[in-house]
Amino acid sequence: MNVVPISYYLVLSAVLFGMGAIGFIFKRNIITIYMAIELMLNAVNLAFVSFARAHNQLDGLVFVFFVIVVAAAEAAVGLAIVITIANNRRSLNVEDVNLLKF
Amino acid sequence: MFILTHLWIILALPLLGAALNGLLGRNWPKTAVNSVGVGSVALSFLCVLELIREFLQIDASHLWFQRYFNWISVGHFTVDFALSVDQLTIVMLLVVTFVSLLVHIYSIGYMAHEGGYYRFFSYLNLFVFFMLTLVLAANLVLMFVGWEGVGLCSYLLIGFWFLKKTATDAGKKAFITTRIGDFGFTIGILLAFWTFNSVDFGTIFSQVASRQVESVTSIGTLTAICLLLFAGAVGKSAQLPLYVWLPDAMEGPTPVSALIHAATMVTAGVYMVARMHPLFSRAPLAMFVVALVGAVTAFYSATIGLLQTDIKKVLAYSTVSQLGYMFLGCGVGAYAAGIFHLMTHAFFKGLLFLAAGSVIHAMNGEQDMRKMGGLRRKIPVTYWTMFAATLAIAGIPGFAGYFSKDEILEAASKGPQANFWLWLLGLVGAGLTSFYMFRLVFLTFFGKPRYDEKKVHVHESPRNMTVPLMILAIGSVAGGWFAAPHLVGGTDYFESWLHPVFASYQVPAQVTQQELPAGEGEENGGVQSSQGMELLRALTGPPVIAAVLGLLFAWWFYIRKPDAAKRAMQKMRGLYTLIHNKYYVDEIYNALFIQPLLWISTNVLWHTMDEKMIDGTVNGIAHISRETGGQVRELQSGNARSYATWVVIGAVGFTVLLIGLWMVR
Amino acid sequence: MSVPFILFFTCSAIAVLGALLLIIAREPIHSALALILVMVSLAVLYLLLGAEFIAAVQIIVYAGAVMVLFVFVIMLLNAGVEQRTNYSKLAKFAGVPLGLFLLLEVGHWMWRSAIGSTIANGPGALSQTSISTPDLSKLLFHDYLFPFEATSILILIAILGALVLAKRGE
Repeated sequence: MNVVPISYYLVLSAVLFGMGAIGFIFKRNIITIYMAIELMLNAVNLAFVSFARAHNQLDGLVFVFFVIVVAAAEAAVGLAIVITIANNRRSLNVEDVNLLKF
Repeated sequence: MFILTHLWIILALPLLGAALNGLLGRNWPKTAVNSVGVGSVALSFLCVLELIREFLQIDASHLWFQRYFNWISVGHFTVDFALSVDQLTIVMLLVVTFVSLLVHIYSIGYMAHEGGYYRFFSYLNLFVFFMLTLVLAANLVLMFVGWEGVGLCSYLLIGFWFLKKTATDAGKKAFITTRIGDFGFTIGILLAFWTFNSVDFGTIFSQVASRQVESVTSIGTLTAICLLLFAGAVGKSAQLPLYVWLPDAMEGPTPVSALIHAATMVTAGVYMVARMHPLFSRAPLAMFVVALVGAVTAFYSATIGLLQTDIKKVLAYSTVSQLGYMFLGCGVGAYAAGIFHLMTHAFFKGLLFLAAGSVIHAMNGEQDMRKMGGLRRKIPVTYWTMFAATLAIAGIPGFAGYFSKDEILEAASKGPQANFWLWLLGLVGAGLTSFYMFRLVFLTFFGKPRYDEKKVHVHESPRNMTVPLMILAIGSVAGGWFAAPHLVGGTDYFESWLHPVFASYQVPAQVTQQELPAGEGEENGGVQSSQGMELLRALTGPPVIAAVLGLLFAWWFYIRKPDAAKRAMQKMRGLYTLIHNKYYVDEIYNALFIQPLLWISTNVLWHTMDEKMIDGTVNGIAHISRETGGQVRELQSGNARSYATWVVIGAVGFTVLLIGLWMVR
Repeated sequence: MSVPFILFFTCSAIAVLGALLLIIAREPIHSALALILVMVSLAVLYLLLGAEFIAAVQIIVYAGAVMVLFVFVIMLLNAGVEQRTNYSKLAKFAGVPLGLFLLLEVGHWMWRSAIGSTIANGPGALSQTSISTPDLSKLLFHDYLFPFEATSILILIAILGALVLAKRGE
């Protein structure tokens, strides 16, 4: 019997989400930022699964399924964009993508 | 009874002329313009004649009143467009339309070579319209409309040559100075309304009839109203201290000076005092002020006129002086005498100005008398008419001015409100008037020419200028004979004509005294001998002596011994400079009023209030908007990391909000 | 200390460690590898929670496909050490505090939540009442059919997008 309370999982999810947010703000390489986003998505997945288990319903798992699918599609397109940007700006620093200034 | 019921036609004709000339006359040939201009006034004059004919057929013991439509109606305050006619109105109508007609005809010749021909006639017609409104008005507000309107036309006509700075300055000066008086006039109207609940003459007069005569020592309501209305007259009729605009108004064309600043507009003040006589009779203090201002102005202005060198300026100061006489007459209770002098003055002063214009025209624009001389033989018609007018104004017996001036001075010495000092001022002023007028004639027409005869070709003016001169000369000579029987103790035709006007609303206690001048002759013994004695007394009275003395002095100084003038000038250098510079009044006014006002306008109103406060506020709001926008704009820095941070900030905020809500629940 | 607990804490420690490495690493390839570590440990946690299907999907799709794609792109672009540019002052000063605040706030409430006290039931290390895949698929293809088909269109769009973007000028 799994005696770990759900709140532990949720706290872990929160911690991972927070660290993903920090990475999202802090890192300068576009790809690294993207990976921080993925981390946040994973944290959310964990939360969903925990809630699914807590409520004894399967809907949470379905949602996780969709999240994974969307994350995969998003990764594909996003990385294509990153490649285009890298070819154009000759730099992977997100701060060099600054043409939309006022 | 056509004109009597349709009084407005008299007004409408000049207005129509003004509108036609003003709106359409720009491209019309000169004959069309002056036909419209002269024709409208001529028709108006004919209507006035017809009006007289009808008037003589009706019962003239009260004011004939025609109400046309309601103009203003605000609460209790109603003003109608209402016109009224009585004997006084008819005298004014005659003067205004007749002299206007002659001036219009004269202008055809005088303005023939000037630009803006159509504009001139348009303005002149407009002026006639407003003047007639003023005269025919049956209530104070409509009279004020006319009052302001003639001021407007005066401004337009003084500054007729608007490209000349002195002309536009003079126009502004005239308008602003009369405005000061008009302010008093407005407050007077308001006070009258507050007291009588109406501005209508008939209503006011019937209410006033039941009032007591006010005391001389304190300012009662009636006295206040009279003084305020008189303030307007001081401005409009150029008395002390608001006379300063009239000499400058000579910048305008000479016909304008003749019509507006001699015959009609400046007499509006006198007309107003005469019209409001029920109020004035009951406010002795106000009457005294009127007489005092009149007498002092008459004397003061005559002193300035002694030493002026510009022919029109002499006439301007002479006008101020003669207006003083009119006010003196009204102020001592001799309203009929004042109005009589108004009429004769219109003739001879109008003539003097038109003749001066003829002289200027002959001298090709020269106005300085020191550069004239010996014009007697070269422009005879002008000379003889001007000489006739001078005899009239000087008060030489037999001519118009003698009769009217004599009556005024007699009332000042013997009338109900007689005052020795006022009489003395008037007398000395009469002498000075004679002196400076003959000086003008002698300098201009006698002696050797002081100009270069080869350069200036002196020629007589065309017929359309000389004929009005001649007609006015007849008026100057013969116009006084209305009052001739008065000399020998009979009734003055003029005064008896106006008698119903001034006898109405009389203060009861003074009725018998008012009859006194007319009945003087009957007091003595037999009719025949007293008539002769009266005549002799009249012909040798002080005014005549003063007039003759003035003539003699002028002859001495300017014909017999011209150097005497120079020597006298050197002996009394200080006094000479003071008078020659018009007592520095313009400079004093400038320093006392104009400079401080300009300073306040520039520094307080313009720099502080307008620039700093109002502009500051409006610009400040715009500035704040810009600054805020500028700050907010920096959010969009193009830097993706700051965007990311903002996203997280938003997420955090939202989370806190949700958790907070959840917690509360 | 029972086995689930030990397993839980081990896996969560590894996950947190991986996340930390992700943030701290200087080279992107190190971050990618750290992320893979996180994902694998999360998969174990899913198993612990009894979601076998999801754990499998996580490994196969996420760690196996998406992360491989990441590693491909990193190597393609030769992403090197990050430069230290500092254009955004906001990120520099507000970044860490914000993230920490988020972390602590959410964590705190998760800890205190009512639902959190539910004990995840399941026998032994692998719960007996594990979620059955047929039930999951029934849910997926009955109740959530429309979203399922929608996501397939989404994938199609993603493929097209990636194709268009990857073509260089033409």
